[in-house]
Amino acid sequence: MGNALHVVVCAGTVPDPLQTLEPITGPNGPGVKNEMMLPAVLDPWAASALYEAANLVARNPGSKVWLVSLGSKAKLQQVMMAVAQKVSFELVPIDGPIGGFTDAHATAAVLAEAIAALPGLNRERLLLFGGWESATRGAGVTLQLVGERLGIIDQFQGVDQIEFREDGSFEVLERVEGGKHQASVCMGTPAVLGWATGNLAEPRNNPQTGMANMRTIMPALQKAKPAALQADGLHYISVALPKQHRTTRIEKDMTPDAIARELVEWIGAE
Amino acid sequence: MESILALTHVDESGSLTKASLEIVTAAAELASRLGASLTMGIVAPDAKTAATTPAPAGARLLAVTGEAFAQARYASDAAACEALCRAAQATIVLAPTGSRFARVLAGVAYRLGGVIDTHLTAIGGAESVEATRWFYRQRIEGILSREARPWFLLLEAGTHAAFTADSADAQVEQVPVELPALRTTVSGLRAPAQGAQTIRPDAKLLFVAGAGWTKKQSDGKVHAAEAGELILGFLRLAGASLGSSKSLVDQGGDGQPVLPFLTHMNQIGQTGATPRHAKGLSTCCHGEEPHVVGWRFIGERRAISLDPNCGWTRGKADVVYVADAFEVMAKLNGLLDAHKG
Repeated sequence: MGNALHVVVCAGTVPDPLQTLEPITGPNGPGVKNEMMLPAVLDPWAASALYEAANLVARNPGSKVWLVSLGSKAKLQQVMMAVAQKVSFELVPIDGPIGGFTDAHATAAVLAEAIAALPGLNRERLLLFGGWESATRGAGVTLQLVGERLGIIDQFQGVDQIEFREDGSFEVLERVEGGKHQASVCMGTPAVLGWATGNLAEPRNNPQTGMANMRTIMPALQKAKPAALQADGLHYISVALPKQHRTTRIEKDMTPDAIARELVEWIGAE
Repeated sequence: MESILALTHVDESGSLTKASLEIVTAAAELASRLGASLTMGIVAPDAKTAATTPAPAGARLLAVTGEAFAQARYASDAAACEALCRAAQATIVLAPTGSRFARVLAGVAYRLGGVIDTHLTAIGGAESVEATRWFYRQRIEGILSREARPWFLLLEAGTHAAFTADSADAQVEQVPVELPALRTTVSGLRAPAQGAQTIRPDAKLLFVAGAGWTKKQSDGKVHAAEAGELILGFLRLAGASLGSSKSLVDQGGDGQPVLPFLTHMNQIGQTGATPRHAKGLSTCCHGEEPHVVGWRFIGERRAISLDPNCGWTRGKADVVYVADAFEVMAKLNGLLDAHKG
């Protein structure tokens, strides 16, 4: 393949999925209690996008990956210590609020502005990557909005695979209903791809990659531009944990035979 | 006064999708509550389909038709929806959160200077519109409202009854669409190689396999092949859908023992599906993913685990059997087989 690609990956930070979350309402609206204290990770589906981007770039000489991330500088620095060891990229940090309750439209405006201003970015070769939904807001709209702002009208969501062809066109597999994929062929870049899990495993940590990345990441973090997100008429009436709590029967002394009989009855019951 | 548009599309058979019919119900209810005008917009490959679509009495019926709209594709679908919204001059647009509209409607909202919220589970409010949705992958529930219009509201399937009525007598207004140059061609649908074992929404029971299936058992050995046979046997006998924890799916990439039929399509939880089955049986799972996030919309939940103190099952499952899943599943398959025979 002789397609030099410019891949921009949009990825935020999210609280580690193993953390218990408790909503609170403050003067600026709802949030998560002690959010700044919770360990954070790169948004899982966006992380898949980053690994797919790195894989694509490795197979296309002359290509490059930018990681555009909106979040608090402290959180970004913490997350980058781990992510930087996985794959090579240039970080474009934006210092601003992130979380489930910020407005996707304002987030998209900030991201689009940052991407449009990237020095050296060839918009004709652009592949805009990200997770199809975040693990915070989970709306699945931010990437679309960024794509529209950048004038890209070939967009794919729930992507599990991209396969480039010699002529620069590529085939995309998107998740659709019924556990199936929709296969599409796009004539070429630019395009937006919101990734699901893809097919790649998480890359192993490579300290050399980490050291090379960190040389540019730390200065970039220091120079991160601040961004304020406008609520733009969005009001939260309530934010709460679900009240559902079940009374769990714990069976410690049942034999496998007895359990199997009970399960057969349960499975068969309407 | 609000003006409501119900955006719908047809499936391969030429009928409105079930999710679209649910949207018609939701839109009719909302219009009635707010005293708003109601328009129904249809995206269909041919005009005949649009003309026979059932519609609420008094609703205006708009349609975008043409061969280009037989395929679910961003450029053509966004143009179609934009044209329908402009023609309807809607302040509130209701649509299903299916893959087709979820792919395009944020872009359409931007083109119209509007806003969008997706994955809604309810629309309430007395004189205003209040939308309910989940945040942080089904962990926190919130109710929100917006001042900006048009406001696109994408509802989850199953939140309303499907609209039923005789075929419409209303006059269908064809809305012209100016398509951009189409650079994408849809070549079709593909089922994964393990299609029979991916999450199937129509199954009554979800079987969740955790990483414990491929760990060392009481004899100090791994029995991945036996685990695979037991799981596939159960799926066949019970007609269950198969879900998996992230850790078990990821093991393949780490070179650890795997169940070869599992892919990311089976994954539930934070980075996978949040399926909606009547019943769920988790086996060898430990952690929050299968029991909290992935199970949010499972009705009755049971678990088989060797850990009597697993905190994630407490309060989340109805019954926890502290037992060896290998032994239980072997017995269970035997009984199910005998019942079938």
